[in-house]
Amino acid sequence: MNTQVNISRRAILNLSAGAAGGLMLGVFVGATPKAAQAGVSTSAAFKPNAFITIMPDGHITIMSKNPEIGQGIKTSLPMIIAEELDAAWSDVEIVEAPTNEKVYGHQFAGGSLSVFMNWKPLRQVGATARTMLVEAAANEWRVPANECTTANSVVTHTPSGRQLTYAALAGKAAALPVPDAKTVALKNRSDFKLLGTRIGGVDNEKIVTGQPLFGIDKTLPGMLYAAYERCPALGGRVKSANLDQIKKMPGVKDAFVIDGNKKYPTLLRPGVAIVADTTWAAFQAKAALQVEWDETDASKDSWSAIQAQAHDLGQKPRGENVVFATKDKDVDAAFKTAAKTVKAFYHYPFVPHAPLEPQNATAWRRGDKLDIWAPTQIPGTALGMFDSLGIVFYPFFQDELGIAAENVTITPTRSGGGFGRRGWNDFLCEAAAIAARVDAPVKLQWTRADDMRHDQYRAGGFHALEGGLDDKGKLVAFRNHFITFTANGKTPVAGGGMAASEFPAQFVDTAEISQTMLPLRTPCGFWRAPGSNVFAFAIQGFIHEMATAAGRDHLEFLLSIMNDPRAPEPKGPNSLNTARAIAVTKLAAEKAGWGRKMPAGHGLGLAFYFSHAAHIAEVAEVSVDKNNKVRVHKVWVAADVGPIVNRSGAESQVQGSVIDGISTMMNLGLTIEKGRIQESNFDTYNMLRMPHAPEVEVHFIESDNPPSGLGEPALPPIAPAVANAIFAATGQRVRSMPLSLAGMTV
Amino acid sequence: MIHLKINGTMREVSVDPATPLLWVLRDTLGLLGTKFGCGIAMCGACTVHVNGTPVRACSTPIAQMNGAEITTIEGLARPDGKLHPLQKAWVALDVPQCGYCQSGQIMSAAALLHHNPKPTDADIDDAMVGNICRCATYIRIRKAIHEAAVELAKGEPA
Ligand code: FES
Ligand code: FES
Repeated sequence: MNTQVNISRRAILNLSAGAAGGLMLGVFVGATPKAAQAGVSTSAAFKPNAFITIMPDGHITIMSKNPEIGQGIKTSLPMIIAEELDAAWSDVEIVEAPTNEKVYGHQFAGGSLSVFMNWKPLRQVGATARTMLVEAAANEWRVPANECTTANSVVTHTPSGRQLTYAALAGKAAALPVPDAKTVALKNRSDFKLLGTRIGGVDNEKIVTGQPLFGIDKTLPGMLYAAYERCPALGGRVKSANLDQIKKMPGVKDAFVIDGNKKYPTLLRPGVAIVADTTWAAFQAKAALQVEWDETDASKDSWSAIQAQAHDLGQKPRGENVVFATKDKDVDAAFKTAAKTVKAFYHYPFVPHAPLEPQNATAWRRGDKLDIWAPTQIPGTALGMFDSLGIVFYPFFQDELGIAAENVTITPTRSGGGFGRRGWNDFLCEAAAIAARVDAPVKLQWTRADDMRHDQYRAGGFHALEGGLDDKGKLVAFRNHFITFTANGKTPVAGGGMAASEFPAQFVDTAEISQTMLPLRTPCGFWRAPGSNVFAFAIQGFIHEMATAAGRDHLEFLLSIMNDPRAPEPKGPNSLNTARAIAVTKLAAEKAGWGRKMPAGHGLGLAFYFSHAAHIAEVAEVSVDKNNKVRVHKVWVAADVGPIVNRSGAESQVQGSVIDGISTMMNLGLTIEKGRIQESNFDTYNMLRMPHAPEVEVHFIESDNPPSGLGEPALPPIAPAVANAIFAATGQRVRSMPLSLAGMTV
Repeated sequence: MIHLKINGTMREVSVDPATPLLWVLRDTLGLLGTKFGCGIAMCGACTVHVNGTPVRACSTPIAQMNGAEITTIEGLARPDGKLHPLQKAWVALDVPQCGYCQSGQIMSAAALLHHNPKPTDADIDDAMVGNICRCATYIRIRKAIHEAAVELAKGEPA
């Protein structure tokens, strides 16, 4: 855990500090998008800003600005507006906003940032409208506005009991000037009526009846279906392919080679495109393709070679560059004088995102215009927030297709899972490149193997850890040599860099964090809680090892580190706050009955991690039988993420993250040889299923701190909690993922 | 020409007989509720009922379907639009996250309840093990199946 915020997220926040501070309010409020203007009879409609429309019949429309990928944002962001608007939720219809960042501000799903960034601006959006409705009512009754209250889409004049509905007031409010959003009063948390309650996902009814919602469901008249074959090793080019034979196959309309884009090589890789009249025909033709690849410049990455090299490097306590060293302290000397030294080597593999909906996109080129519908996490430019991370794709359309960015319209669909995968828009660029060569709309569909073999992976990594204890069992020296990867020879791959603030270096008398980067071609990306999802495993597991070596209780040992007077002062409500950390750690332990007598073969394991501005502690109860079958019986989670927006969604995100974390640690990992990912589908990459999903009990400590997102931060603590519980149950220490490598099964 | 009864309506399709039922439903008939996840019968996203039995449509060639009665997620609610108890429970408990797996989950669960209206946790494990939920909504899926079973016991036909 970083004592600030997670790496990628921190980079993003630093970049956008200016924007995040004043957060595009000028942009948000007051501008009415063309889309909202068109089509609705507007005579008496009240549209104080781009997000809210109140019709004279009482119908309220709230725009949902960010892509829905399963994190529940299509429900939770409109809830924030509806709360301050004091609209009755049953009056509200949620409409997906088109991609228009001039009007809606940043539109993306990533970094658990949506609630965090939009909390205040969207409250102001709602409060602006409510203020105007109250003013309209007060004018009507000739009473002071402060004698009026609102609830359930109705304004009440409290002294007289008179009431007017928002429907009745819409026309009058529409005639009023829109106040400056910064001047409108926001509610106190104790006055929230909607926020903190359990609201079902707004698309649930459509989902359970099978209505088309997802990218894969996009259909257009005359649409053709495409498949695309890329070189299994990144960087390979097409030498030759049996195109003539493929073109003769049933249902195939066309087949052609795409050279790949030189400037944006990971957005459009060289390959062979097949266009057919059904998905199946395209898949059949793809299976029959025979391509000879030129692999001169292709990746030769080998996971077995990397592992051997990293194990050698792990012998060294210090890596190539030192990321953090305690000021004016000699770490080597500190280890020499320590009464006891604990050493351990932790490691974990590459994993794909594997969202259940394989990548797809539908593109239609008409003249110099390009329309794309896709399950993407970043349909716009995110106002440049991710530029420095290399997440830039609009210029690709000009470079590859000669289509100016302003002529490209990207409509995000619901996504069948994201987990960070769909922030990288290669599938969307491929669809555009194929459609540009076809005189019809084209839906590109990846197979599962495409999806697993052409991802931006969660990077594997290795940690050589050392802890020094004094004669009282106090942690006095700490060293973390992190062996990671670089694609450019200069900076670590996405999700593979460790910050100076990574716990617990700054809490220890003498500490050092260093990094060694191995060259890598396999592309890496942001995977649910990047960095954090693996650092937690190594560091929180090792803290338990040190506690054990010191002969101290893990909970007591962990709390004593958090209580260390050296603990850095929190820089703001979104950085690590030891009081909040201690509170959730104690709560999780209490709920789990920490210290209770366990049944034979059972153990409790604890871990805490701070990421994405969220303080989260987890305790797992695990048993291991004679055949090394691991069973996670129950997990207790204590989380402080500020106030809860949607209790149902929040709880569900925590439960899903915990089970995702267990799934990934138990069984999942990729092998890479000759630059090729060996696994291709759920037979060899077998996720956790119903029989092995534990009970997950969730407790929130709510506060007035700004809310953090919850799509990611509950995942990191679970792997170390389970590993520590396995040790408690069996005395066997788990230092690598997946556990299946150590002969353990679910 | 292959004849099938889908959600109560007779349909005729003439496609390559090797085409999996999944792609006939999705691309030929425009029934998009049945999803593609793996294509090798490993994820359950494509689960439909064939003559009352849950099958993975991605791995079922259309040639085997002549004369079959098929129910997809679109046909699970009653003709008057009244939702199946499972669909109601899914909404009431807010089961979906991304929602992509859920039509397959519901179809597997519906087959289970049809044969076993009062399933135990172990029965649910057995019936649902073929359905991956990448978002890991398993806890609520289990709860929703139990809840629907209670509704059924009150006389709701499944
Ligand atoms: S798509 Fe049929 S089981 Fe996965
Ligand atoms: S809800 Fe996303 S895969 Fe199940």
